[in-house]
Parts: sequence; structure tokens; C-alpha cells
Amino acid sequence: MKRIAMILSATIILAVTSGCVNVKPWQREHLADYTMQPDRDPLRTSQAEHIWFSREEASGGSGVGGGGCGCN
Amino acid sequence: MNTSPLKKIVCTALLAGLFPAAHAALKIGDTLPDLASFKLEGKLPATLKGKIVVVDFWASWCLPCAESFPVMDELQKKYGDRVVILAVNVDEKAVKMEKFLAKHPVSFTVVRDGSQKLVATVEPETMPTSFILDGEGKVKFLHTGFHGEETRKQYISEIDSLLK
Repeated sequence: MKRIAMILSATIILAVTSGCVNVKPWQREHLADYTMQPDRDPLRTSQAEHIWFSREEASGGSGVGGGGCGCN
Repeated sequence: MNTSPLKKIVCTALLAGLFPAAHAALKIGDTLPDLASFKLEGKLPATLKGKIVVVDFWASWCLPCAESFPVMDELQKKYGDRVVILAVNVDEKAVKMEKFLAKHPVSFTVVRDGSQKLVATVEPETMPTSFILDGEGKVKFLHTGFHGEETRKQYISEIDSLLK
């Protein structure tokens, strides 16, 4: 029983960790797509920031430089 | 120390998943692989031997690449036959490159690495990445990304130093 549990655990761990991949810089076309930008809708972004400010008494710090392509 | 087999498997799996494969990127001092062996789409210059070559890896979806193109074009016009600007496109679909080039027409050589074999060999850190090679094909300077005027000045200074 212990052996089966061990094999099962190992299989699950291997299956889960093998899903970790590094997207190469030249394969980031889909990440660079406009639809991947979290702040592509200015109205939605403004509403989300207002809610964040109201609930957390904090604002800003939500932006990052560059796009999803990781260029530059 | 007595370690159970499960612990060994877990540690190996985690390490394999967390750490990328050894980095084998082309670096300063290395020689660029023979481009003819990569079946690039487009016409390569007849010879690169004895010329200063700027090999630029770019993609149509990369905004800094679009910013770099007018500078590359300027360099090609400035140095003429003494310098070869060779832009290697890494787009998966040729139509994307063609659309980009229609929007950003250039005078330098553009080829496409559709199979992405050359780029996988060179392993540039980011898009765009450019390598400045001396007359013997050795990488003398390396640029990751494009940072406007700062990069432009560096290109000119580095090419001038190689032409001396």
C-alpha cells in the first residue's frame, strides 16, 4: 500500500513539475498580444483602481514597464 | 544520511522544473555559426568575410524592434558596403514579417528564421538582440534590447572602432 502511494505521489509530482517551462524570448508572440495586456480597457482599469483605493487606502504600484513580450 | 526514494524523486523533479537548461547563448568572442546551414528564407549576402556585420534578431510583435529599424537603416546608408546589416526575423508566420516590412521599409538585408533553429542556437536574451561581428565573423559587441539614441550612439562608436 505504501509502495502504491509512493508511486502515485511521484507520478503526480512529475506530471505537475514537468509543466514548468521557460518561454524563450523569441517565442513570446502570444504574450505580446494586445489581449494579454491587463490594462487594455482604460475604464475597467480606472474602476479597478478606484475599488482598490477605496478598500485598501492605497493606490498606484500596479503598473510595470514593457509589454508581455519582455522586450528590452 | 538515509534519504527515502520518494524524497529523491521529489527533489529531482523540483530541481528539473525550477532550473532552466544550461544557457548556451552566443557571446562576445564567439564565432557566429555558418548561416548557410540554417536554411534561412531570403537571400543572404554573397560573402560576409572581411566585412563588419550587424546581425539583428527581431520579431514583428516586438515594439523596440520597430524603433530600431530606422536606426539600422540609417547605419546601412551611412556605412554602405563596408558594413552589412543582417536582420534575422524570428516570426512563426512569414505574412507577419511581410506586413511589418510593408509598414517599415528598409534598405538592409532581411532574412527569416522560420524554423527558429538559428535563434535557438544563438539564444538571444531578449528581442531585439544584435551582434556586431568583425571581419572574421567573431562577435565583438552585443546589444540586448534597443534603447533609442543611447544604442544608436553605441552602434556608431563600435562600428567605427572596428573599421579603423
